[in-house]
Amino acid sequence: MEIVVLLKQVPATESLIEIADDGVSIKSDDIKWVINPYDEFAVEEALRIKEAHEGSVSILSVGSEKTVEAIRTALAMGADKGILVNVPDGDVYDGLTTARILSAVLKETPFDMIIAGQRAVDDDNFQVGPATAEFLNIPHISMVIKQEIANGKIKCHRTVEGGTAILETPLPVLFTTQRGINEPRYASLPGIMKAKKKPIDMKTITDIGLDPATVGKPLTKIVSLKTPPERKGGIMIEGDSAQAKAVKIVKILHEEAKVL
Amino acid sequence: MAQNVLAIAEQIEGVFRKVTFEALSEGRRIADHLGCELNALVLGDNIENISKELEQFGADRIIVAENSALFEYLPDTYGNVIADVINKETPDVVIMGASTQGRDIAARLSARLNAPLAMDCVAIRFEDNDLMATRYMYGGKILADVVLSGKPQILAIRPNAMTIASAAGTGSIEKFEVNTGTPLVKFIEKHLDTGKVELTEADTVVSGGRGMGGPDFAVIEELAQVLKGAVGASRSAVDEGWRSSSDQVGQTGKVVSPNLYFACGISGAIQHLAGMSSSNVIVAINKDPEAPIFSKADYGLQGDLFEIVPLITEEIRKLKG
Ligand SMILES: Cc1cc2nc3c(=O)[nH]c(=O)nc-3n(C[C@H](O)[C@H](O)[C@H](O)COP(=O)(O)OP(=O)(O)OC[C@H]3O[C@@H](n4cnc5c(N)ncnc54)[C@H](O)[C@@H]3O)c2cc1C
Ligand SMILES: Nc1ncnc2c1ncn2[C@@H]1O[C@H](COP(=O)(O)O)[C@@H](O)[C@H]1O
Repeated sequence: MEIVVLLKQVPATESLIEIADDGVSIKSDDIKWVINPYDEFAVEEALRIKEAHEGSVSILSVGSEKTVEAIRTALAMGADKGILVNVPDGDVYDGLTTARILSAVLKETPFDMIIAGQRAVDDDNFQVGPATAEFLNIPHISMVIKQEIANGKIKCHRTVEGGTAILETPLPVLFTTQRGINEPRYASLPGIMKAKKKPIDMKTITDIGLDPATVGKPLTKIVSLKTPPERKGGIMIEGDSAQAKAVKIVKILHEEAKVL
Repeated sequence: MAQNVLAIAEQIEGVFRKVTFEALSEGRRIADHLGCELNALVLGDNIENISKELEQFGADRIIVAENSALFEYLPDTYGNVIADVINKETPDVVIMGASTQGRDIAARLSARLNAPLAMDCVAIRFEDNDLMATRYMYGGKILADVVLSGKPQILAIRPNAMTIASAAGTGSIEKFEVNTGTPLVKFIEKHLDTGKVELTEADTVVSGGRGMGGPDFAVIEELAQVLKGAVGASRSAVDEGWRSSSDQVGQTGKVVSPNLYFACGISGAIQHLAGMSSSNVIVAINKDPEAPIFSKADYGLQGDLFEIVPLITEEIRKLKG
C-alpha cells in the first residue's frame, strides 16, 4: 500500500495572529509553526494502515523552506520519506492553485491512497483535498472517522450533519480526516534520530512542470484582512441567589437581547 | 446564455435544509444586483413535489434532477450532475450551503470548472463590479475579504450566517435529463440521530465543558430542549468521553453561529472561542469569577452550573407558558 499524506504547516492554534503592514497577509515572525492538526490525524492513520497492510508512507507538502521541520516531525512519527514543493516564503496560493501543484506531483508519484486533512486551520478552506482528487480523477470521501480496507476497496465512516454515513469505493482514493479517527502518536527519541536520515525530496514549481508566473495568479484573491470586532466584555449578572440570577438573565434575554 | 445565478438546494429525505433557504435568499439578492434570473437546482429522488417551495425564496426556474441514484448524496453522482447543469446553464454565480455535502461539491467543482471559490463565507457584497466575499480565517481570528475572478464564481455560505427573505420568483419547474456517469463511490448505510437538532443550524446551542464533571448532560439537554436547540461540548468534554466528537465546538470541531449560545462549565480557551465567537449572544455560566469566558460573553453568571442551569430552564419554561 503506497500512501501519500498531504501535509500543511500552519500556525499553532494558540498563536497570536496579527495582520502584516501589507494588509493581506499575517506577521509571521513570532509564530510557532506546527503540522495542521487534521494532517496529524492523516499521518497517524497512514502509519496504522501501513502497519496493517505494509507499504510506505510519503509526506507531500507545498510550502517554504521552514516546512522541512513539519515534514521531519512526520518522518519522526514513522513516515518513510518527504517531498517538499519549495515555494518562496510569503507566496500565498488559493486552494485551487495548491491542489493543482499537489496533483502535478501526484501524477508522477505512485499511490494507492492519499490522505489529507478536512481543512487547514489557517485558511479554513475545506478545499484542497477534494480539489486534488478531482484533478487526479479519483474518488474522495470527506471527514472520515473510521476506515476498513479489504480486497482493493475501502469502506469509510464519514460524518454528516446529525450522524454518520458509510461509503465504499475501490482504490485509489483520497480521503480526509475528521477528529475522532485516531489519537496521533508522539515522535519517539529513536524516531527523531532515524528521521534525520530519511530523504526529503525538494522540488521547485518549475521542476514539476508548472509555470511560476501562472501559478502565482490565484482566481480567489485576498484583498484585505481585518480582525473581527472584539466581543465587548460581558455584563455580569448579579443577584443574591442562583434563583435571582436565573430570573434576571431570562428577563434580559427576552426583553433586551430579544433572543428568547 | 443570459446572465444567471444558480442556487443549489440541499434536501435530505424530502426536507430542505435551512441553509438552502439562506442560499436562495442570498442568491436572489445577487441576481437582483446583476439584474438577472435566479435558478434553483434540486437533486434527489421523488422531489418534484417539494421543489415548488423554492419559488417563495425567489427562484425563477427550478431545475429538478430526479433519479433513484440521487436519493443519497454521493460526491461523484452529485458532482457529475451539477457540473452538467452548470455547463448547460453557464451561470455567473453558483451558490450553496457550506454543509458537509456543499463543501465537497464546491471544492470538486472549483477544480473541474477551474472556477474561483469562496468557502464558508459569512457575507457577500459587490464593490464596483467585483463580487466580494467575506470569510473567517485562522479559526475566527481574522476576517478576510476575497475577490473572485473568472466564471462561475462559486460561493459556499456558512449555515446561519445570512438572513432568509421571502421573495416571489416565477417558480417554473423544469426537469433535467440526469446522467450520473459511472460512480465509484457506493452508499452503504447511514446512522442519523433522529430528532437531534444539527449543531451548525441550530438557533440556540447549549454547550457543556469539563465543568460538567461527567457524562451526565441532563441539565444541558433540558435547557437545549426547551429552546429547541442543540447540545455542544468543549474538546475536554469530548476527550473525557462524555460526548461524541460530532458535538465538539471549536477550532478542531464545528463552527457554530447561533442566535444564542450558552457556555456552561467552559473556561473559554481560544480554540473553543474559534468555534462560537460569531454567535449573536453568548451567555457563560462558570463558578470561577476569573474564567476567561466571561470577557468574551455578553452575559456572565458566576456560580454552579448544576444549580443555575435548571433554574434558567424553569424560567424559560414559564416564559414560553
Ligand atoms: C490544537 C488544539 C485544538 C483544540 N481544539 C479545540 C476545540 O475545537 N474545541 C475546544 O473546546 N477546545 C479545543 N482545544 C482545547 C482547549 O485548548 C481547551 O483545553 C478546552 O477548550 C478546555 O475545555 P473546558 O473549557 O471544557 O475545560 P477547562 O478549561 O478545564 O474548564 C472547565 C471550566 O469549568 C468550570 N467549572 C467547573 N465546575 C463547574 C461547575 N460545577 N459549575 C460551573 N462551572 C464549573 C471551571 O471553573 C472551568 O472554567 C484545542 C486545543 C489544541 C491544542
Ligand atoms: N500547502 C499544502 N501542502 C500540502 N497539503 C496541503 C496544503 N494545503 C492544504 N493541504 C491539504 O489539504 C487539506 C485541506 O486544506 P484547506 O483546503 O486549505 O483547508 C489540509 O489538511 C492538507 O491535508
